Formats: sequence, structure tokens, C-alpha cells
Amino acid sequence: MLVFAASQLLPGDIGRNVLGPFASPNDVKALDHQLGVDRPIYVQYGAWIGKLAHGNLGMSLEYKVPVASLLGPSLVNSLKLAAVAFVLVVPLSIVGGVFAALRRGHWLDRLITLTGLSLTAVPEFISAIVLILIFGLLLNWLPVTAASPADADAVTQIRYLILPGLALVMVLFGYIARMARAGTIEALESDYTRTAFLKGLDTATVIRRHVLRNSLLPTIAVIATQMGYLIGGLVVIEKLFNYNGIGQRIYTAALNKDFTMLQSGVLVVGIVYLTATLLADILYSLLNPRIRYAGVE
Amino acid sequence: MSTVATIVQPSEIRIARRETRRQLLRSKTFMAGVIIIAFWVFCAIFGYRIAPHDPLSQAFPQLQGLSRAYPFGTDQLGRDVFSRVLAGARDILIVAPLATLLGVVGGTTIGLVTGYFRGLTDDVISRIVDAVLSLPLIVIAVTVLVALGHSTLTVIVVIGLVFAPIVSRTVRAAVLAERQLDYVSASRLQGERAPYVMFVEILPNVFGPIVVEATVRLGYAIFAVAGLTFLGFGVQPPSPDWALQIADNYTLLGAGTYWWTVLFPALAIISLVVAVNLVADGLARVFGR
Repeated sequence: MLVFAASQLLPGDIGRNVLGPFASPNDVKALDHQLGVDRPIYVQYGAWIGKLAHGNLGMSLEYKVPVASLLGPSLVNSLKLAAVAFVLVVPLSIVGGVFAALRRGHWLDRLITLTGLSLTAVPEFISAIVLILIFGLLLNWLPVTAASPADADAVTQIRYLILPGLALVMVLFGYIARMARAGTIEALESDYTRTAFLKGLDTATVIRRHVLRNSLLPTIAVIATQMGYLIGGLVVIEKLFNYNGIGQRIYTAALNKDFTMLQSGVLVVGIVYLTATLLADILYSLLNPRIRYAGVE
Repeated sequence: MSTVATIVQPSEIRIARRETRRQLLRSKTFMAGVIIIAFWVFCAIFGYRIAPHDPLSQAFPQLQGLSRAYPFGTDQLGRDVFSRVLAGARDILIVAPLATLLGVVGGTTIGLVTGYFRGLTDDVISRIVDAVLSLPLIVIAVTVLVALGHSTLTVIVVIGLVFAPIVSRTVRAAVLAERQLDYVSASRLQGERAPYVMFVEILPNVFGPIVVEATVRLGYAIFAVAGLTFLGFGVQPPSPDWALQIADNYTLLGAGTYWWTVLFPALAIISLVVAVNLVADGLARVFGR
């Protein structure tokens, strides 16, 4: 398992290497000796990594304040939004997928599968626009921006995050539901499910105790891989809803050519992604005895 | 033996192809997708000519609602939304397919090489593929576009380069299954060089999965190009591109209900991506994946 974790971390290192060259703002030739950006790229990269090891992300070129002081709150905001999206999408898509699997071939199954597939393919800002038109303007149920008033309590904050969260849900639903459906169908066709039925257990018990436990394992893996998309989606959604999160930070940093900010933002995204993957691996092995025992040996 | 094979094979292939075509033509969802795509391709080519007004002209009253003169209303610069929706198909239907093509050609080559040689080549390339896949496409694209400056060509290259490793995985898996088969060993024993075996012998047999993957990628390419354009890194003004229309007008949503300025381009994008997915779904079904 340790080897697996290491191999998971490896791409992160390469990613950082790839990003190294962007450390040099080649168009900011008005040399900022103080910032040290006139030094060769590899020296800068070395210095950057060195500081990084001490938890120092450097100064923002645009705002002249430490990057960490800006990125920190943004990251928290983004995690709130991601959490709302997650809390909505995971139960919805698992229920949808399992339901479709149980009604396999029925028109409801086709409907859920095709809707999921189509929603997944529609760009998130389009889904968001349609959601804003329906829930924000036509029905007037939910606020159309994501940034809640400064002194808002938790419930109000969540209310503001539902629309942007839903837009992310629409993209993720298809993937997760499809996986849950495939997993459930496989489990339903297996020998142990037949045995369970033949033992005389009722359908609900068989599904709860035998089918779901096995069908949801691959689903967890898919949820983890979708974290990568989720972060990318945040860039677009946060801009659309004018929400001060990490995606918005990366976007404005890119517009203003604020390279230290951009670099750190992308690094944070990479770390969040790897952490999520690692957590999913751990969760997966906890739920799957086969892998757990294999790891111990 | 080889003469027998050449006599039998063509007719078998033809029968198989005819069967594939018939299955596709029978599928309602596939045909619906094809018709919608054909409509938008037609608009991409003739959109500027069939549009009732000049899509770029700002000579009309601003923010008019739906009327006979302006079926989809006008936007905040006084442009006719209906004409812009018709003409707006062009850029995305140039950029997205080209990016897909680049990704599929690149990915197929990588997939053939890694699947055929395996060993060290495979390991090294697979690690690089993992690295590319560990960051979200939008984040990679924004970073690269800022570093290199954004132009339509850069957008195509960036999306193509990110897609190549993803496509290569599918191709590699298909090649791994093929290379076990006798015809590959036969060809090798005949003394054919590796490129010949890969591109002339194996490639035609993994064509099905590649076509399916290409249509799926086209869907994602539209997704990505639209997203980048919305952020301001893709297609540039004054193009009547759909995503650009939404980017121009979505800020009005909070102020007043000028819904027509964004709804119609949004519906256009939705119809296009759904159509591409219906086609991909139909192809995947027929090629049995």
C-alpha cells in the first residue's frame, strides 16, 4: 500500500516540474531583482521549492502580499462549495444509479442513463445558466450569486451555494450514476446474490447487505477521480457566480499574469487532488477486505 | 493460403460493414444526433448567409424582447440574437474537431507504440500520461494559454495535447488485446518492421474503439472549448460564438430578466453536445463496447 501511495504522489512531482518553467515571467523583463525573477529558471525553481519546504509560498506579484494569506481563505471558500456539491451529488447519483440498475431495461433506466450522460456532456456554465434562469429568475427560489452577505449564518451561506453546487452536480451525476449502475448490475448477476435469494432473504435485505456493499466499491474510486474535474469546474463556476474561491484566484492570477499566485494556486489544486485520491484509496481498502488483507501481508 | 484469405476477406468485410451501417441507420437516437449535427454544420458553413440580419451589426435597438423582426430578441449591444445563434456554430465547429483530430492522431500513435512495445517505453510514457491526467484540463489550459499567449491555434494544440494521453489509454488497451492474435505474430515472422505491423496490420483492427473514442472526445472538446471561451481564453470577440455570447450577456441576469440573450446560445450548445453524445452512444453500441 505504501508503494501505491508513492506511485500516486509521483505524478504530483512531475506536475510541479512541468510548472517550473512558468516560474519565469518572460514578459516581465523589467527585472525585479528584489523578487529574484531575473535569475535562471532552475535557480528560481530551486529557491521556490526551498521556500515551499518551509511553508512559504512567496509574495503575490499583483497584490504585494503573501500568497498564502490570499489563497487560504479562497481555499476554504472553495472547499465549502465543493462540500455542498458533494453532499448533493453522492446520494443523488448513487440512488439514481442503483435505481436504474434495479429497473434495468425499463424506460426509467433509459431515462436516467441518457439524462445523466447528456448532463455530463453539457458544459457546467451552461447548466448553471439554465439553473439560474429556472430557480433564480423564473421561480425566484434561490439567490443567483454565490457570495453571501458578510455576516450570514451557516444556513444562509449554504442557501447561496446551492445553485453553483447544483451546476457541478449536473456534470458529476452522470459519471457516478453510471458507475453505480454498472456495479449494481454486476453484483445482481453474481453467484452470491443468487445464493442470498435462494437462502430465502427478502429483496430489500439482499440489496442492502449483499448487493450494495459490492456495487459501491468502484463508485468510490470514480468519485475520487472526479475530484480533478470538480476543481477544474470550480474555475468556471466561481467566475460565473462571482465567488471568491481558489478557481477565481487562479483565473484572476492568470489574467493579471500574477505568476507566483498562479503557481501556488495550481500547486494547491494538485495537492488537494492527490489528498483526495489518497483518501479514496484508504477508504476503498477499508471497505474492501480483499485489498486490506493483501496490503498487510 | 494468402490467396484464399484475400478472396474471402473483402466480401466478409463488406457484409460486416453493411450490417454496421444498417444497425446505425435503424437507431433513432443515433439518427437524431446525426441530423442535429448536420443542421449545425450547415449553419457553420452558411450561417452568415442565411441569417436574417448581419450577426456582427450593432445597428438594432438594444435588449429588445422576442418579436417578429428579432425572433430571439437583441443583446445589450443591439445585435440580433437569432442571427448570432445561426452564425455562432462556426468557430466551435472548427476548433473542437481540429483539437479532437490532433488528440486522436497523437493518442493513437502513442497507444500503438506503448501497446506494441510494452516494457520501458510503455512505463515511461504511461508515467507522463499519469502526470498530465493529474491536473484538471481547464487549469492546465489556462496556465499554458497564459504562458504562451492565447490564440485559436494554441487552444487547439493545448486541448489536443491533453487529449492525446487519454486517447492513448484506450488505444493501448485495444492493442494489448490484438497483439496476442496470430496475425500479428504471422506478420512479424514474415519479417515486417514494427511500424508496418502497428499501422498497417493492427491499426485497422482497432479502428472501432478509436472511432468511438474520437466521438466521445469531440463531446469533451466542445465542453472544453466552450468553457475556455467563456473564461475569455478561447474564441475571441467579435465572433458570434455561443459561449462568447453567454460571456457577454450573463452579467445582465442579475440586473433584469434579459433571459433571451443567454438562453438561446445555451440551448444551441446543449443541442450540439447532446447530439454528439447520441452519436457516440450509437457508435459504441454498434462497435460493441
